[in-house]
Amino acid sequence: MTSSDSELLRHLYRTMLRVRLTEERLAALVEAGEIKTPCHLYIGQEAIATGVCATLTDGDYVWGGHRSHGHYLARGGDLTSLLAEILGRVTGCSKGRGGSMHLFAAEVGILGTVPIVAATIPLAVGTALASKMRKESRVSVAFFGDGAMEEGQFHESMNLAAIYGLPVLFVCENNFYASHLSLLERRRADNLYQTAESHGMPSARLDGNDVREVYASARTAVDRARAGLGPTLLEYRTYRWRGHVGASWDEDVGVKRRAELQDWFAADPIRRAADALTALGTSRAFFEELVTAVIGEIDEAVQAARRAPAPSPAELLDHVFA
Amino acid sequence: MRTLTYAQAIREAFEQLLASDSRVFVIGQGLWSPWYVGTSMQDLDRRFGRDRIIDTPVSENATTGAAIGAALAGMRPIVVHPRMDFMLLAADPIINQAANWSYMFGGQIGVPLVIRSIINRGGEQGAQHSQALQAFFLHVPGIKIVMPASPFDAKGLLIAAVRDGNPVMYIDDRWLYDSVGEVPSEMYEVPIGSGVVRTSGSQLTIVASSWMTEQALEAAETLRARGLSAEVIDLRSIKPWDRQLVLTSVRKTGRLIVADGGWTTGGVAAEIAATVGNEAFDYLKAPVQRVALPDAPAPTSRVLERAYYPTDKHIVAVAERMMARVQSLALKVV
Repeated sequence: MTSSDSELLRHLYRTMLRVRLTEERLAALVEAGEIKTPCHLYIGQEAIATGVCATLTDGDYVWGGHRSHGHYLARGGDLTSLLAEILGRVTGCSKGRGGSMHLFAAEVGILGTVPIVAATIPLAVGTALASKMRKESRVSVAFFGDGAMEEGQFHESMNLAAIYGLPVLFVCENNFYASHLSLLERRRADNLYQTAESHGMPSARLDGNDVREVYASARTAVDRARAGLGPTLLEYRTYRWRGHVGASWDEDVGVKRRAELQDWFAADPIRRAADALTALGTSRAFFEELVTAVIGEIDEAVQAARRAPAPSPAELLDHVFA
Repeated sequence: MRTLTYAQAIREAFEQLLASDSRVFVIGQGLWSPWYVGTSMQDLDRRFGRDRIIDTPVSENATTGAAIGAALAGMRPIVVHPRMDFMLLAADPIINQAANWSYMFGGQIGVPLVIRSIINRGGEQGAQHSQALQAFFLHVPGIKIVMPASPFDAKGLLIAAVRDGNPVMYIDDRWLYDSVGEVPSEMYEVPIGSGVVRTSGSQLTIVASSWMTEQALEAAETLRARGLSAEVIDLRSIKPWDRQLVLTSVRKTGRLIVADGGWTTGGVAAEIAATVGNEAFDYLKAPVQRVALPDAPAPTSRVLERAYYPTDKHIVAVAERMMARVQSLALKVV
């Protein structure tokens, strides 16, 4: 590994840590009752948003769903605006109209995340279609979970992207659960990535908790898309540590996954990146300073969000139309 | 002035929009086939290329979603559903996504999308090849709906819809495709939300849209011959609809029939009747009447079809009952 590889890994580590610590803070605010909007936390999956977004450049589009704080932050969305949105403030990234599940950051190519499962997949096809028609080199990334692959929109979108040769990355974050149902309660076989074959599209099954593997595989797919060679389906296997929604661990709603959780704690993408960095000679001080800095940044963002005003009821009916 | 058919007027609007704005493209099923869109898009694929006139796989849902994505990226897509019935498969992108998008993100972005939806009924096509579902979408904030009745409006409303910058559902009716009217050759807009008085009258207001406007005009002719003066308002836009025009007319005539091509219950006519009841109650000389489809799916047998679709004759019959009621009340008072 070269020093630039080491630098990249430090960058990826920092992004993952920032997502993790933000999500942990949100979990605490949910538990404290300060956050009411439904929060679907990304803890455990950080390597995917981080690795994929690190391969993108200005002008690329990123689409997400209900569990998209990580996509927003990894892509460079503003932290204070995120916290303000989740706390229902008018300074939020969606002006207090969206909450956790509707994030917007046009300046980094996020034109909206929404919680209808699979709904932004065809939108990603649409931004890619626009790029192709305008002969731009922008790439569109659709992040979605394994549940989304059960939706018709997913299959229709794969087909459209394939026949029109569009620059799209279909990024499946297979965390093995759709809400409370496990993967094999919802389909006959654990074969998500193979779906691409029938659409004539390349695909791969990858370790979603290895940020370097995520980065390398996304890099290949992005280069391919940018070169006009069409879409790719990437299945990243991972696990969400917390429950489907909120700060709990889902045992409260009867999902028995304690044994699985222990295995996945051991595969923590952030610890694995830290171990790799340590092996490359990164000092203890780097980690300590980073944690302090990120916590300080989050503290400041929370305080700024708390100070911000709520939207005015006088504006209730504004923006139904643009 | 030059005349065109309704279908030719739609085609001319497409042609001029595509020629004048590189952001405009068209996507949907059957666009290369007169089987789906009649003559309303004939040869556009040859003139503008099949990468701008995109005839898609059978995927209403993703096609509409892709059009939304392209609109958010700054294009001006027109997504075509050659039958309104099939468009229900795109209910999520239309209602959950396009209609909500501006509001959900605090007005930071709009969805400049036109959804062209064709009513194609009659001919024993039955329940799933006949529906006029404008009322479904009337219910949803964040989407505009236009329903042209004349060739002039067919062209001007399509141009206005593309230039509006918001999701606009453009609903045309194949029963109108051969109707002829004056159409300027230059590009022009018919303002969305603005209705028009098609025939002035003093005793009764008939509000209609799309194909029902032709029926209302026929009915007004018949009524005039029988000594009753009816005013016909063509709504042109269902959402927003021209409240002021309708209320002004009803305040003058005191009687209102709303004719709509959808079902009666929860329909466009019900909404207009409720508004008139709220805002012009004191001017009404008779209860507001609806002329719309009975609450049943479209049948196939031509005998049942004839009984199913209201026409000018229904409007005339309802108008005469309204007048008779007033006369009988007047007699009682005497």
